[in-house]
Amino acid sequence: MMRPVSKALLASIWFMLLTFPVMGIKLNTVKQTVEWQFDRIILLGVAIFFLSLLWNWCFSRKGRGLPLIALPTGMGARLGRLCSLPLRDGRSRAVSLTVLLLVMLIMPLASSFYQTNIMILAMLYVMLALGLNIAVGIAGQLVLGYVAFYAVGAYAYALLNQFFGLGFWACLPVGGLLAVLFGLALGFPVLRLRGDYLAIVTLGFGEIVRLTLLNWTSLTGGSGGIKNIPGPSFFGKQLSIEGNTIFIYYLVLLAVILTIVVITRLKNSRVGLALQALREDEIACEAMGIDLARVKLSAFALSSCWAGFAGVIFAAKSTFINPASFTFMESAMILSMVVLGGMGSIVGVVIAALILILAPEYLRAFSDYRMLIFGAIMVVMMIFRPQGLVTGERRKYRISALKGEQA
Amino acid sequence: MDVQYFIELFFSGLTRGSIYALIALGYTLVYGIIELINFAHGEIYMLGAFTALLVAGVLGIMGFPAGGILVVAALAAIIWSAAYGFTLEKVAYKPLRGAPRLSPLISAIGMSIFLQNYVLLAQTSEYLPFPRLLPDMEFLDYIDNIMGPSDFLILVCSMLAMVALTIFIRYTKMGKAMRATAQNRKMALLLGINADRIISLTFIVGSSLAALGGVLIASHMGQVNFSIGFLAGLKAFTAAVLGGIGSIPGAVVGGLVLGIAESFTTGYLSGNYEDALAFALLIFILIFRPDGILGKAKVQKV
Repeated sequence: MMRPVSKALLASIWFMLLTFPVMGIKLNTVKQTVEWQFDRIILLGVAIFFLSLLWNWCFSRKGRGLPLIALPTGMGARLGRLCSLPLRDGRSRAVSLTVLLLVMLIMPLASSFYQTNIMILAMLYVMLALGLNIAVGIAGQLVLGYVAFYAVGAYAYALLNQFFGLGFWACLPVGGLLAVLFGLALGFPVLRLRGDYLAIVTLGFGEIVRLTLLNWTSLTGGSGGIKNIPGPSFFGKQLSIEGNTIFIYYLVLLAVILTIVVITRLKNSRVGLALQALREDEIACEAMGIDLARVKLSAFALSSCWAGFAGVIFAAKSTFINPASFTFMESAMILSMVVLGGMGSIVGVVIAALILILAPEYLRAFSDYRMLIFGAIMVVMMIFRPQGLVTGERRKYRISALKGEQA
Repeated sequence: MDVQYFIELFFSGLTRGSIYALIALGYTLVYGIIELINFAHGEIYMLGAFTALLVAGVLGIMGFPAGGILVVAALAAIIWSAAYGFTLEKVAYKPLRGAPRLSPLISAIGMSIFLQNYVLLAQTSEYLPFPRLLPDMEFLDYIDNIMGPSDFLILVCSMLAMVALTIFIRYTKMGKAMRATAQNRKMALLLGINADRIISLTFIVGSSLAALGGVLIASHMGQVNFSIGFLAGLKAFTAAVLGGIGSIPGAVVGGLVLGIAESFTTGYLSGNYEDALAFALLIFILIFRPDGILGKAKVQKV
């Protein structure tokens, strides 16, 4: 018992020393005074002490191969089984999905304008996270510039509308298609790259797109962005702002459902299986006769297409876009949703996206710390639960059944 | 063509490039040993600059002489950055040894975001002015249109640091152990080298170099912000890849080439796409010559 405590004490002292300048000193350069904030350091030391105990405890459990959180017996276990029932049992899944759908359908009518707006944002991120999940989770290609495709979609609508007067419905497929083209444009040159190099190149690509949008002032309006983007027309009629929001809500809901259906079907399709083979081992995958170039390109194309759609909807929803909405931090946020939810898992990613968007909205105290927590989540998840909240299920073929037939 | 302007641009590129080289060395050292892109390395550089700013600020208010402050601030930055680098490795990378390759990379990205926001929350989102600490150097007067005191300091310090690093890697026992671990970790372990300690050492050395870069650039630019590490880190990574990642002279060459290329683009074309140039360059190298200028090609095995 002594060892972990002394270790935690040591860690606490170490971190107090480590964070002393940044946490403890506050300069006022105008008045030429220094504020010493020893209270923050002490508080941090105490927090680190307990965190360190927790950290060691988690490692000892991980080392012994136990799950981090053991479900308690009796009531707790039954509750846990009840919660995971929709994941296992077909009928209760149908029931819970229907209930969920009904709640989602009624929501904009029953709640305020503000709530509806937040929900639209959350669902847009669900779409983005699911789209990124195709590349990162299913195909194992770490894409760090995903937000570039989102930007392409948004700017496609804004610019086509500004210069050619095209409406939302014409631009929705165009935005998706353009994003796919950008995805392929990125995909072609990086076919030979893998892993970390690929990640960096996609990051560079994302930044280039953002910088171009920022600096091509004559076309994009630079950092001023594009204003007065109209919402989608409803059978040829422009709606009021309120009506528009509710209409977009249903539109996004439909888009999310469509995304989920398509990706579920995709996962077990021929292409989807090839993508998963690519994730597991590139060389083995090639040896099995899978055309690497084609599979990689399809991963990029499939993934970027959702971002394009989401971008068009985003532009229509916010009526104003500028490059500041498409920074690397957005990409990182979407990536942390995929990581938290579980790479390759659809349910997990949806839940994670909803948590990560809605929690900072409703817990205001939490919202300052949101990026700090996103960063920490990525580290902690990788160390303790790399498979995410919900493990991505893969269809299994039981060989023993086949053997039984032969015998 | 105006020769004077050309020389000016060349030297400003050299100054910039030597900073990139200092940071790139950290990337290259770490990549050479554990094959990880230490994404949070740019943040270590930023923490170095910030620590120097804070220490210099406190000492300045207490009324110490400027030259002394600069030395103490630089030392503090190096010590604290090294400690941050050491802790970073212990917390975020060490538990992931042997995990699939993407795991430590995602962890590194997480750490980078975490550290940026840690400084943002603990300090401020505004640009803080870095005190003017450099003494006027009179012997520079007759070339002061091409080189100010801070440029001179950057060139001299980074050159000294690189020479020191080369001596350390080439001739000391620890340097030898580092090279051995980079070549073949298992074999090094069999020969009684404590690989964990060598990895920690690598992070400490890399972080100190980045901190030195941070202090120098902060005193050159005159301001510090929580977000400076991201772009500097990416550019330094570009430099490391340009020279051939894993190669120490490569990082220096890459840094200088990138700095000079940037400086000329800004001077002769336009400053708007200065950052885009680095990224475009990175993409081109990775596609056409992923092993860089001085790197050796590696065969990927199952």
